[in-house]
Order: sequence, then C-alpha cells, then structure tokens
Amino acid sequence: MNADAVRLRDLARREEAAPRFLGGHALCAGCGIPVVVRTVLNAIETPVVVVNATGCLEVATTRYPGTAWNVPWLHVAFENAAAVASGVETAERVLRRRGRLAGERPTVVVFAGDGGTYDIGLQALSGALERGHRLVYVCYDNEAYMNTGIQRSSATPAGARTTTTPVGPDALGKAQRRKDLTAIVAAHRIPYVAQAAISHVQDLAAKARRAAAADGPAFLNVLSACPLGWGTPTRDSILSVRLAVDSRYWPLFEIVDGRYRLTYEPARAVPVSEWVGGQERFRHLAAHPEMLAALQAEVDDAWRRLRDQVARDDARSA
Amino acid sequence: MASDGARSAAVAGADAPAEGRVAARRLLTGAQAAAEAMRQIDPDVVPVYPITPQTPIIEAFARHLAEGRVHGEMVHVESEHSAMSAAVGSALAGARTMTATASQGLAYMVEVLYLAASLRAPIVVAVGNRALSGPINIHGDHSDAMLARDSGAVQLFAENAQEAYDLMLCAPRLCEHPEVRLPALVGQDGFTISHSAEPVALLEDAEAQAFVGPYREEDALLDVDRPLTHGAFAMPDAYFEIKVEQAKALERAEGVWAETAAAYRRLSGRDVAAVEAYRLEGAGRVLVAMGSAAGTAKDVVDELRARGEDVGLLKIRLFRPFPRARIAALLSGATAVGVLDRALSPGGWPPLYAEVAATLAGQVRVQSFVAGLGGRDVGPEEIHALFAALGGAGGQESVYLGLGRGGWR
Repeated sequence: MNADAVRLRDLARREEAAPRFLGGHALCAGCGIPVVVRTVLNAIETPVVVVNATGCLEVATTRYPGTAWNVPWLHVAFENAAAVASGVETAERVLRRRGRLAGERPTVVVFAGDGGTYDIGLQALSGALERGHRLVYVCYDNEAYMNTGIQRSSATPAGARTTTTPVGPDALGKAQRRKDLTAIVAAHRIPYVAQAAISHVQDLAAKARRAAAADGPAFLNVLSACPLGWGTPTRDSILSVRLAVDSRYWPLFEIVDGRYRLTYEPARAVPVSEWVGGQERFRHLAAHPEMLAALQAEVDDAWRRLRDQVARDDARSA
Repeated sequence: MASDGARSAAVAGADAPAEGRVAARRLLTGAQAAAEAMRQIDPDVVPVYPITPQTPIIEAFARHLAEGRVHGEMVHVESEHSAMSAAVGSALAGARTMTATASQGLAYMVEVLYLAASLRAPIVVAVGNRALSGPINIHGDHSDAMLARDSGAVQLFAENAQEAYDLMLCAPRLCEHPEVRLPALVGQDGFTISHSAEPVALLEDAEAQAFVGPYREEDALLDVDRPLTHGAFAMPDAYFEIKVEQAKALERAEGVWAETAAAYRRLSGRDVAAVEAYRLEGAGRVLVAMGSAAGTAKDVVDELRARGEDVGLLKIRLFRPFPRARIAALLSGATAVGVLDRALSPGGWPPLYAEVAATLAGQVRVQSFVAGLGGRDVGPEEIHALFAALGGAGGQESVYLGLGRGGWR
C-alpha cells in the first residue's frame, strides 16, 4: 500500500461534508462519468475551478437555470477546454502576483470526453501541455462520441460497432486501431501522466491527488463506461471496466517526470475476449475469431512494451 | 492613404480646450499606436497567435513585457481559436484581457467570439483588418470584420494611426461597462494604417490609466467562495431570452460609447464619436465610409467643395452597434447617399450598404460602391469616380471602383 493511498472513507466524508458535484443531473443510469468527477474532485484537497468541454457531462449537468456544480464551473465550447483552462490558470497567477487575489490557490481541473480530447481538442491540449500551465486535465474516455449518439472517435477500438461504423456484409465495425493518447501526452514531457479506470477508485483518487500536486500540467486518461454506447447492462459498468483492466487492455500506470510505474497489476490476466464478450458493440466479433486473436496479440504486445519500459525506469532509479 | 492625423486632431480640437494635456506626439504606425495603448492599459493577460499584419502589435507588446514596462502575461497559444478561448477563460476568471489578430485569425476566432459575447467576456481585440482567403492575400479590406459582424462583439474602425490609439484606449471602458460587458474588435486597415507611420498624440500614462480605470468582474470564476456556473446549456425554453438580452447589451453600447467619447474628448481634445460628420452642412450628395478610405475621402470632399459641389462625408467609427438614429438624422438633408464597402456579401448587398440602406429606407436614394478589396488602393480617383456616379442613373447593382486597375493582364 502506498504511503499516499487514499481511503474511500475519507472521500465519502469529504463528499458528505461539502459535496462538489451534486445529484439531480441527467447523466444516464450506469454512466461512468459521475464516478470520475466525484472521485477526482473529492480527492483534490485544494479549492477547484472546473473547465468542462462540451459533451455528456456538460449537457447533463447544466441545463439552464439548473446546475449540478457546487464549485466554479466554466464551459465554452467543445475543442477548446485546455485553452480556456490556460487562460483561467494564467489569470489566477497574474491576479495573485498583482495583489488582486488572495486565499488558498485553487486547482484548475478540466473534464473532457475522448472526442473533446483525442480528436477535436488535441491541438488545444497539446498547446496547453507545451506551455506548462498548472492544470489537471481529466479525459473521461468512453471510447466514442456518446453525447451525439455513439459515433466513432479515435479512441474507439478496432472492431467496435458505432452508429458511424456499423456492421454489415462489407464492414465489421471500426476498421482502425484506437489512438494511444496517453503516449502522445507523455511525449510532451509534463510532470504527471496517468491511466486510470472507474473500476479502481482508490487508484484514481491517488492519481488525482498526485496530479493536483504536480508542478505543471497533469493528465489523467480515465476509462469510463457507457452502457448505452457499449451495449452493457447498467449494473455492469464497473465490472466491464474491471475486465478492461484485468485483461491488460487498459493498464493502470503513471508516468512521473518521465518514469513509468505500474500502479496495479492483475494477478492473472483474463483473456481479452472476456472484456469484449460482455458488450453488444463487439457481438459480431464472436464470428470472427481472427479479429479477437489480433486484438489479444496487440494487447499482449503493448503490455510487454509497457512492462519493459517500467523495468528500464526501475533500473534507472535503482 | 490614411488621412493626416494632425488635421483630425485640429478639427476635433476646435470645440475642446484640452489639447495642452497631450503628453507627446510621436511618429508611430497604427500597429505601434495600438501597442502603445496596450502598454498604457497594462492588461493582465494577453493570449496571442501571430498573423500578418497584426504581428507588429504583439511584437511591440512582447518588448514592453520583456523590458518591464507592462506587468501582465502573454499566453503564446497554438492558434487564434485558442487565443480567444484563453481570453474568455482569463476574462471570466477576473483578469483584464486583450488580444490581437487579423483575417484568417479572426475567422478562426469567430466561433469563440460568439461565445465570448454570450458569456459577456469584455475582451478587447486589436484587428489589423485584412482580406479573407482565398485567394490568400495579406492586405487590407474589411472582409474579416464582416465575418464577425453578427458575433455580438462591439466593432470600431479607425481612420488612421491616431484613431487606432484612441479607440484602443477607449474600448476597455466601453466593453467593461456593467451595462455592456461584451468583447470589442478595434479595427485598423491592414498595412494602410497598421504599417504606415504618422504623428500620433499620446496621453500621459497616468492619465490614460485613470481614464481606463481598474478591471472589475463581479462574477469572477476565481471566487471559489461563491461558485457560479458559466456557460450552461440553454434549451428552447431559455435560449431566445438569453440571446435577446445579449443583443440589448450591444444596443446599450451606443449610449455608453457616447459617454466614453465625451469623457475622452474632455481629456484628449480628440473626438471618437460613433460617427464623424465631415462637411455635411448643406451637403446633398454624401459618401458613407469606414476606415482609412475616409481620410482620402476628406481630401476629395475638400477639393469638390472648393469647386462648389454639394458633397460631404459621413465616417462611421462604430459599426456595431450601428448608430442608426444618428445616421438617419445626419443624412436627413441628403439627396443621394453612396456607401463605400471594402467587403462583399456575394449574392447579396455588401454589408455596410445593406445597413445604411435599411437605415435610410424611404428617406433617400442609397447607392452601393465597392473598392479596395485585398489591399487594392482606394485613392482619390476612386472617390472622384464615386461622387461622379452618385445621384446619377444606375444603382441596381454595386459599382466596383478600381476594378481592372491591378496592373496585370
């Protein structure tokens, strides 16, 4: 157990005492996004200012004149959350320096989906990371454009059926592999990068806390769940994501100042077919064992490379 | 050709005694003049992305920063889209925020400019007005500003470097006013103004700063003890009311600008009123123009008046909100009105013409003229040709002045 481990009881207490994200919003039953938001916001101990990209979270939590946010919250557009947050973070620093702002320094937290991060927001994200703004960017990754009705994104895995990659005699879902955004973000050499998942809440909370403490940009790529888009029972969201982690499809790791570290290692990896098998979006793959085999080979290869990287970094640290 | 800054000051100075308080008259380009206003304002946050002909503004500001004359921060964003996005974040956070752009850069900003207006973010944007691609062209016209016409931003146009300075200095006071709280585009014609040096009278720094005043954001995002939701989702039950409220804020900007201009006249002796009536007394045939072409038009009006012709000029500084009542009143005695546009609206009437024609509907005949696209000179010849055609036959379509005079075959 890590020294900076976060206790669930503490998160729950914090939420009871001063909830930052309130109920009554319109996110779907079984949606993973509130798990991401509540865990991250409860784990961060400073005041927070939230910048939200357009997407499910924004739409479902701020229907005028209502709001589910009990912290300062700003939404501008879809592709620019990282740039908006850059402006907020810069303003915070300048106003403090000029004596027009006092009190504890807030953490600027961005929430955006995979569409707003991997695709349309990638340029703004890259710019913000390169400039070194002190912000925690949280991508809730549910592997497609769910808000607009389950269209494919560059985070959608190969073979997944979406409304723009349907399955038919000439098509077996998405033809391309998903983008490795965590690696792209890591290439910016920012202080803190991590992959996390809604199935591992303590791990996510600890990462959120480290991200908030980083002296510069921090990025969390969090695998969420979308029962509607994935074709999974609403009660199974956490289970589905756990299978993504336990199959090593979505490894949990962090990159601290360039050094990779696994934060969770499944005792025995489950086959990728178990992660894929429970989801309607992959149902057609049952008749295509060659696609499943290719996916398993890809996951195995990526896992080997990740483990090698971790071993190299461990050796360097030793 | 931009008009002589000294003459404008002298004309305005006739009814204002404050000329003696002017600190200095320096040889400055329009871009440098805008950067001088920015130096005096000393904004908190300046997100920028380079584009010709805006670059001398941001380069000058970067030197002011490097040499300790200003004390905020520049954010060197990766695009104009992010420049406007960072500006919205910064302004709503509670910081005075300015940026600068031109042409494609303004086009790229437009999506977020609409949001800046809707979120009531008072961001001042210096614009080196330049043609929109394609074909790509770096020179002056007003097509970039017209793309942003309906964004909800205040739009001002300078005639020369002096006005580029004056309008930049006055813009924060207008757009930060509690009755307004909207972004403002302060246009100066690319190259014709931005890169041409003229004598520019500057206020003293302390005077300029006192005139602009401190930045106030009542609903600052960074007030963590009073959490507010900015940018909520508005369904059909709320969107209409929000948009109309926003449009009314822009309409209120006309009255606030009149107060701002009066205060600035007292301070500087120079006039920045929404419109400038140039020799309109007894004028039958009147030209309506914006930007540097108005300077050239003044020379032509003087020349024609000397020959006994009944011509005059109405220069528009404030394009959004459009000062309709003032224009209708000033042109009540006109027998023919010609509108000079430096932008097209393909398939429709050019933007300034459409605005003036709607304002004067049933009052007087209004004719459309287009000149100076993509930096084509708008010289005395074009203005003479305009007055020659004004009041004559035609008027069923725009007259293109200077077309075919590019020098190539």
